[in-house]
Amino acid sequence: MPNPITPIMQGMKITLGHLFKKPVTLMYPEERPKVAERYRGLHALKVSHNRAKCVACYLCPTVCPAKCITVEAGEDANHDKYAAKYEIDILRCIFCGYCVEACPVDALKMTGEFELANYRREDFIFTKERLQEKK
Amino acid sequence: MGIEILGLPLYYYIAMVAKVLIAFVFVLLTVAYATYAERKIIGWMQVRIGPNRTGPMGLLQPIADGLKLFFKEEIIPAESNKFAFLLAPLMALIPAFITFAVIPFGDTIKVFGYDVPLQIVGYYDAGVGKVVDINVGMLYVLAMSSLGVYGIVLAGWASNSKYSLIGGLRSSAQMISYELAAGLAIIPVFMLVGSLSLQEIVKAQAGMKWFIWNSPMTFVAGMIFYVATLAEVNRTPFDLPEAETELVSGFCTEYSSMKYAMFFMAEYANMVTVSALMTTMFLGGWDGPFVSVFPLLSVVYFVAKVYFLMFLAMWIRATLPRYRYDQLMHLGWKIMLPATLGLIVLTGVAGYFGFHTISGFFS
Repeated sequence: MPNPITPIMQGMKITLGHLFKKPVTLMYPEERPKVAERYRGLHALKVSHNRAKCVACYLCPTVCPAKCITVEAGEDANHDKYAAKYEIDILRCIFCGYCVEACPVDALKMTGEFELANYRREDFIFTKERLQEKK
Repeated sequence: MGIEILGLPLYYYIAMVAKVLIAFVFVLLTVAYATYAERKIIGWMQVRIGPNRTGPMGLLQPIADGLKLFFKEEIIPAESNKFAFLLAPLMALIPAFITFAVIPFGDTIKVFGYDVPLQIVGYYDAGVGKVVDINVGMLYVLAMSSLGVYGIVLAGWASNSKYSLIGGLRSSAQMISYELAAGLAIIPVFMLVGSLSLQEIVKAQAGMKWFIWNSPMTFVAGMIFYVATLAEVNRTPFDLPEAETELVSGFCTEYSSMKYAMFFMAEYANMVTVSALMTTMFLGGWDGPFVSVFPLLSVVYFVAKVYFLMFLAMWIRATLPRYRYDQLMHLGWKIMLPATLGLIVLTGVAGYFGFHTISGFFS
């Protein structure tokens, strides 16, 4: 019959060893976690020549599994198609990144921002102005 | 002072009140900070830190917990028996505290020319002229620890809930089974000392001749006693009543705020008492190096040993998963009980052939 005492002693030796190790706890909010480079956080609309690159092709609302993107096309000064209204409802978003993969003009990306808590429901609808990255 | 109340000198009463206050405050503070220490120590053993936000290093956490429980709503089930419902936590808590009365927590110290034995219980023998310990200390302890079981059973019945009832019955069955093993495990100690008085047991271990290493039989008995008392106070790995409370139901489901707090204070107070008993009987009580030179050092040794045993209980909690109920019963009845009975027989047979303790045999 296997000895019941030895495994208990081995286990206790391990936990005693843990007592002297450095804890892995992160003292939030003084210390923030380091996110990976490709971390899927809050979206950002890329700009080029002082305009958002988005051409309102409607590919991202089509592929979105949570149906959280709202796009409305418009005609700008050069008679080009642009997104007059571009909204992402962060409460519905599942942060899968399909919209970034779908965009043909590389207008959308996901940043490393994950601290998205807010007080009112309205503040969770990110409009184009809030999403557009500042250059 | 020549004042005599009821035939006893005044210093006797003053010493008694002082000792009661010290012991009671010590147990209460230890219980409160044992919750904090447990969370910190188990946290470090799990490579994380415990509470550290309330107060410096989280030291005010027990106070925060107490305040929170104090302000919670008091819910008493409508169909429950009010008297029994309110009595149950008290019946669980009070035996843990009063068992501490017979435990000697220090050597006899000299205060203002009087000899004060550091033990709460004691009667003044006018013929001898000093305070003498009662000679049935251990019997009192066994009786009081059995009272704790009533608290749990009463809690289960008085809640008027089927799940609470079953939880209470399982818990009390566990406590009774291991109480038997614990009570039998200390009989080798009584056989070697020849008395039930806890002072005598501590004196028999004076000079570092602690029972934990002075005889192979008492060594095994000490191990069995420690495990059996862990089971009796419902500590991991025998904390099935508590786990059920977290998951489904248990004897204290229907209790809120202070009554709930009292059940868990009772668990920690029982843990302190049981650690104190183990140090008295197997670890030499207040014995230690240089204790005859500095009598007050005996209190330090006693407290250090009690705290070490509590750390050991927390260490075990951080390491082991819990027993299933049938495994628990199997361990208590089929393994510990025959082992303790065998130890009693062995101690008796060895004593017949002249082997009592290792130090006595080789001297």
